Amino acid sequence: MAMTTLLQTRHIRKTFPGVVALDDVSLSIAPGEIHTLLGENGAGKSTLMNVLTGLYRPDRGEILFDGVPVQFSSPGDSLAMGIGMVHQHFMLVPAHTVFENVLLAIDGVPNFFSRRKFQQKVQKILDEFALDLDLDTPAWKLSIGAQQWIELIKLLVRDCRLLIFDEPTAVLTPQESARLFKVLTRLRDQGKSILFISHKMREVMEISDRVTVLKKGRSLVTLPRGEYDENKLASLMIGEDQIPMWIKPACKYEELALEIKNLSVRNDRGLADLDNFTMKLYRGQILGVAGVAGNGQKALAEVLTGLKEATSGRILAGDRDITDSTAKSSYIAGIAHIPEDRKTIGIAPDMTVGDNLIMKNFNSRAFRRWIFQDRAAIRRNAVAKIDQFAIKAGPDGNPIRYLSGGNIQKVIIARELSEKPSVLVALYPTRGLDIGSAEYVHKVIIDGANQGMSTILISEDLDELLKLSDQIVVMFRGRLVGCVDPQTTTREEIGLLMSGEVQK
Amino acid sequence: MKLVAEKRELSSRLFRISAPVISIFVALFVAGFLLLAAGVNPLQAYLEIFQESLGSIYGLSETLVKTTPLIFASLGVSLAFRMQIWNIGAEGQIYMGACGATAVALFSGIESHLLMITAMFLTAFLVGGLWAGVAGALRAVWRVNEVIVTLLMNYIAILGVDYLIYGPWKDPKGFNFPLTAQFSDAARLTEYFDTRLHSGFFLALFCALVLYLFMERTVWGYEIKVIGSNPKAARYAGMRTGLAIFAVLFLSGAIAGIAGFSEVAGLQHRLQHGISPGYGYTAIIIAWLAKRSALGVVIVSFLMGVLLVGGDSLQLSWQLPVAFAYAFQGLILFFLLASEFFIHNRVRLIRGERHA
Ligand SMILES: Nc1ncnc2c1ncn2[C@@H]1O[C@H](COP(=O)(O)OP(=O)(O)OP(=O)(O)O)[C@@H](O)[C@H]1O
Ligand SMILES: [Mg+2]
Repeated sequence: MAMTTLLQTRHIRKTFPGVVALDDVSLSIAPGEIHTLLGENGAGKSTLMNVLTGLYRPDRGEILFDGVPVQFSSPGDSLAMGIGMVHQHFMLVPAHTVFENVLLAIDGVPNFFSRRKFQQKVQKILDEFALDLDLDTPAWKLSIGAQQWIELIKLLVRDCRLLIFDEPTAVLTPQESARLFKVLTRLRDQGKSILFISHKMREVMEISDRVTVLKKGRSLVTLPRGEYDENKLASLMIGEDQIPMWIKPACKYEELALEIKNLSVRNDRGLADLDNFTMKLYRGQILGVAGVAGNGQKALAEVLTGLKEATSGRILAGDRDITDSTAKSSYIAGIAHIPEDRKTIGIAPDMTVGDNLIMKNFNSRAFRRWIFQDRAAIRRNAVAKIDQFAIKAGPDGNPIRYLSGGNIQKVIIARELSEKPSVLVALYPTRGLDIGSAEYVHKVIIDGANQGMSTILISEDLDELLKLSDQIVVMFRGRLVGCVDPQTTTREEIGLLMSGEVQK
Repeated sequence: MKLVAEKRELSSRLFRISAPVISIFVALFVAGFLLLAAGVNPLQAYLEIFQESLGSIYGLSETLVKTTPLIFASLGVSLAFRMQIWNIGAEGQIYMGACGATAVALFSGIESHLLMITAMFLTAFLVGGLWAGVAGALRAVWRVNEVIVTLLMNYIAILGVDYLIYGPWKDPKGFNFPLTAQFSDAARLTEYFDTRLHSGFFLALFCALVLYLFMERTVWGYEIKVIGSNPKAARYAGMRTGLAIFAVLFLSGAIAGIAGFSEVAGLQHRLQHGISPGYGYTAIIIAWLAKRSALGVVIVSFLMGVLLVGGDSLQLSWQLPVAFAYAFQGLILFFLLASEFFIHNRVRLIRGERHA
């Protein structure tokens, strides 16, 4: 197949102290294609993006753009050539309106365009892609999905020819993802090239024109649409590694593990995130919580793990009231999706993996002698956990912020489960994990259930919910609107409940 | 055409180490012009700075005398820095520590040397700690900015000490000078080698060691590091961040308070006006330069001691104003900050406009 190429990389290598992030990557991107990068956590996908956008300089290899060798020494350089990236941590000014934020992307605008004319240009883009975004809304009011649109528009007004997306759908609801894909397809049809990263196979199958598989910093193969299917890609990606197997026990509904009574939480804007929420969780139960993101799931996870305070209502563990108790953190553990920007609640970014692994039980006998930390025990624990969860942790003493997104998430999961909590709150736990790791997390949750751990599994992935849960409840506007049995329910039924239809 | 600064990937190790060294030389170079303007040959002046502060037993001992309070105060400030708490009030805490130690020395009537020194030490520790603890409590409970509180409390502390020494504590036999009576021998630290070097210096070194072990080896140090790295994560892990904020500011002030104790018990043997010529502020600079390490604090404090003693001698031999020593400190800090910026950013000149 004779294809012109827009961008080509040849034998790119990039190392960090003690880590070979990219070993030998060659790939080419044609004009007007959606090219997907697939690979395990830590395979080097984000690093490659950062090389293409000039944030990192490769140790070796060359980049050709339009057939001409180029060298980027900063993101400004690559942007000037027409390579733009939609960042995972959006760089928006919260108090500015959508339009002002877009203006910021262009230096020297006031000298060239009248504001009005420029506004028309932006509006034209909005209309063209049927984005209902009000240019005068301040950015802080927007959903994550809408903020992502602004980032995209910033690149479009600069006429970028290659658009790079690093796990854009990890933070989007399925509905938002579907809209993003429509826009991406249109952009492709207009001749733009798109480089896309995702761990969700369903998406990869749906949208890609070509897929390149990255493994341990090497580009393995590039396959055009039609020459791959889910199984083939999975086996290429994982290679010899095995996907863990598990059998799910049935919950006996005997002993109550957690009871939530009339819980309400108000957010900073004074609105109710949780509204009179009541729920029971049994020992060994896996309770799936479905719902469109933004309907109180995050608030539920945050009150349970002690990050938010309840405005009213009670959380009971057996007959103990733990609503405001600090003992909550040893009874309930929480794991959550880690966005790429790392400024998350889960980790102390400047500290080592070993130190992060003991964050919740640094005070336990196992890791201290009197007031002193037992450094040897901490190191042994790190070695064991890194091995057990297949964490790519880099050299000893590496600060955790240098790990890839998926690997940071694995650290948190390993830590939260190591204490054998009674209740696990899992908020989108497998977003951002490669398929092997996601399966491993599923296995860990199931194993936990076998030993009596109860899990509140908050997810948007219906497949995940249906596969793991004993029971699925649906949240809508901070309330519980329905409860279904995964054995007998249908996707349609859950979908209706998620949109607020009251259950009969 | 315009200048832009762009974040860059961490630069080479060689550059990271050489940049601060280069910046100190640049500061020396620029300060040279100030000296020239004052009619002094810079090379001669620099030579003198080093000779006076390091070239003789006496000079070296004077340098260590100045280094002592700097180590204490900077250890205190840097402990708080580790938790992203900005204690700007070391100066006031030094005064309060000195004041507490003086009260014990003058009024307790203890006769045993060991008991007296211990009581003075503990009082200075406590008073300095409580003084900073006020800011800690305000920050922990009502989220009042600790920078403002610690800074403003400096004025209260300094003026409060002035009130005491101009008023109730004034030495009746002191010809009306603003100072208290001399301490008894029981309330004085040991001096060595016929110089003014006193045991406070060794206490400072010991304190640095203890603080190092505290931060790197104890569970509390671990907790402080986690909170400093990400307070949200710490709260999530069940750490009581409010309590930690109070405790760290207390400790930070307490260590600065020991500087006050060491000054009155080791050097001045009385409380008087201006017992600290800004050690508490210099400590902020030192803590910043030393980044996170206790050893760094000791080394940088020593360098500052050299500058202070050298600066003093310049005053004497060339009648340069005190302000010169401060200007010099300021220049060094300025260029070190600049080097930090260049380590993390790349600055480029861009010609023309990139966008039409
Ligand atoms: N700045 C850095 N310093 C040191 N090591 C780094 C740095 N950035 C990435 N690495 C290492 O390089 C490897 C590749 O990381 P990268 O972020 O590219 O993975 P990824 O394919 O994006 O993974 P994920 O799917 O988890 O996001 C990892 O082992 C990571 O620890
Ligand atoms: Mg990544």
